[in-house]
Amino acid sequence: MINIKNLHKSYKIGENSLHVLKGINLNIEEGELVAIMGSSGSGKSTLLNIIGMLDNYDTGEYHLDNVLIKDLNETKAARYRNKFLGFVFQSFNLIKYKNAIENIMLPLYYQGITRDKRKNVALEYLEKVGLKDWSTHLPNELSGGQKQRVAIARALAANPKVLLADEPTGALDSATSLEVMGLIKKINNEGKTILVVTHEVDIAKMCNRIITLKDGIILKDKINK
Amino acid sequence: MLNKDSWKEIFETIQKNKLRTFLSGFTVAIGILIFIVLFGLGNGLKNSFNSSFIDDKVNTIRLYPSTTTIAYKGYEKNRKIKLTNKDLSKIYNHFYNDLEDITVRVTDYTEIKYKNNANSYSIRGVSPSHQNAELTIIMKGRFLNENDIINKKKHIVIGRLVAEKIFGKEDPIGKYIFGGNHGWKVIGVFQDEGGDREESMIYVPYTTLQKLKKNTDELNQIILMYKSDMSYSESVILEKKLEKFIKEYKFISPKDNRGIYISNTSEELQENKQFASILNIIVSFIGIGTLIAGIIGISNIMVFVVKERTKELGIRKALGATPKNIISIILQESIFITTLSGYFGLVIAFAILKIIGNKLQEDYWITNPSIETENAILATVLLIFFGTIAGYIPAKKAANIKPIIALRDN
Repeated sequence: MINIKNLHKSYKIGENSLHVLKGINLNIEEGELVAIMGSSGSGKSTLLNIIGMLDNYDTGEYHLDNVLIKDLNETKAARYRNKFLGFVFQSFNLIKYKNAIENIMLPLYYQGITRDKRKNVALEYLEKVGLKDWSTHLPNELSGGQKQRVAIARALAANPKVLLADEPTGALDSATSLEVMGLIKKINNEGKTILVVTHEVDIAKMCNRIITLKDGIILKDKINK
Repeated sequence: MLNKDSWKEIFETIQKNKLRTFLSGFTVAIGILIFIVLFGLGNGLKNSFNSSFIDDKVNTIRLYPSTTTIAYKGYEKNRKIKLTNKDLSKIYNHFYNDLEDITVRVTDYTEIKYKNNANSYSIRGVSPSHQNAELTIIMKGRFLNENDIINKKKHIVIGRLVAEKIFGKEDPIGKYIFGGNHGWKVIGVFQDEGGDREESMIYVPYTTLQKLKKNTDELNQIILMYKSDMSYSESVILEKKLEKFIKEYKFISPKDNRGIYISNTSEELQENKQFASILNIIVSFIGIGTLIAGIIGISNIMVFVVKERTKELGIRKALGATPKNIISIILQESIFITTLSGYFGLVIAFAILKIIGNKLQEDYWITNPSIETENAILATVLLIFFGTIAGYIPAKKAANIKPIIALRDN
């Protein structure tokens, strides 16, 4: 599903250039649940952003579902993001003036699906994350765990090939974290490919495969039992 | 791009972001409102200005006797100059070729009585051609004629307001009224563009008035109507010739600015035209200034709106919104709000001008403040257009920000 060859990325900071990813080689098959670990500055978020087409890379190759993702213009990147990817962020990133169901409907809007159908699909996913009764609540009326569940439902609504979660439990207490990870596992069991960036060992251990990054290269890549 | 669904999305956004909607709507509405009201008031000022100078015939030169200030050819200073019937014929004969007509004015003031009604009025003793000089409009009966002048008839033509005051609903024509212990026959009622003051006047034959004023031959004013095809500069030359002629035979020093006053209405008109054009410039300046202020206002708000929405736009991009989607939601929203509120401001401003109407005429000299509908609509369209451009620049910028940067924005 995800195929990365010799990927390099550096950021220019004034006169200096910061080499963040120094040759990443990575192969993720369909249906995997992969944790990407590493301390801050290891390059894990950068890697996730590149996989998510939120950022571009300098050299190397990145194939997503056998499509080369390179030097996309914003319009094309937007289309691919909409078609291939679902995002879950640490800070939820729900649109604050839209209620739960409207947030979930949004990616479907950009697919050009009719309003009635959007609503049905959104309700279906809201039910899946256990928040059917909260559909008309605004984000600030929901708890952290509920917000993240809405965000997961939104990421899934467009039926993407890959779900990308950037520290999905970073803003949650441990009990809620387990709940959210349980949900992620459940979705993975249904066949969705999922990448989770985390720095928490407990969270990583819930995934099937753990990739550890350090200073821009893959330090360890092991299958979790 | 403009389907029902995207409109629904926009309505939702507008409804749920009331402050933003209010700010941009208010700016446009108030901008248009101030522009139209100010422009309208400016036009009102111009209207009053124009109407007060079309009251009299424009191709006239008026002579008023005064007192000399310089001793000349053996005459002391402070000599009172008189204009008489003899001067009238002398001037007429001398400038015959340049003149269309000539008339005079002998003024007085008296109490008019009819039955139980009485009031005091200014009287003008005039000749028939005075009607042309003053553009007096006869409503009923007739104006004075040559026969009245020659026979020194006690005939009187009264202003509209005099007729209302003295006669009420009664028809004044043919009635006799008392004025200065004499009986006068009312032969006509007139109106005048000059307003209330002109319409509270009374006209009688100047010969009659002179006779009643102890048989004097003095005139208070001589009004020359020069040929109407004369250009402004020709009229100024005539005025100079006239001044020279009169000063010579009345023995007034050429350097004396007094002794005799000469005023050329076309010269006044010229000055008034200049004043009117300055007024025009000021009004346009205020209008354009308000419009620019409005445009800057809406531009600022658009920048603020886009800035405030950066994170939301980042989220939308992560969820699959293309740059085109981003630009169109911002612009559609802004065009919708500015058009609606622009129209709202337009309607309120027209209502305000209508309510003001002629209420400011007396105290502030503003008549019928109004604005041409085309100008008002043009201003609104300009504001919407520039508001859109002002929105487009930050929207374009926001649309091209990498979502990762937009998402980091707090």
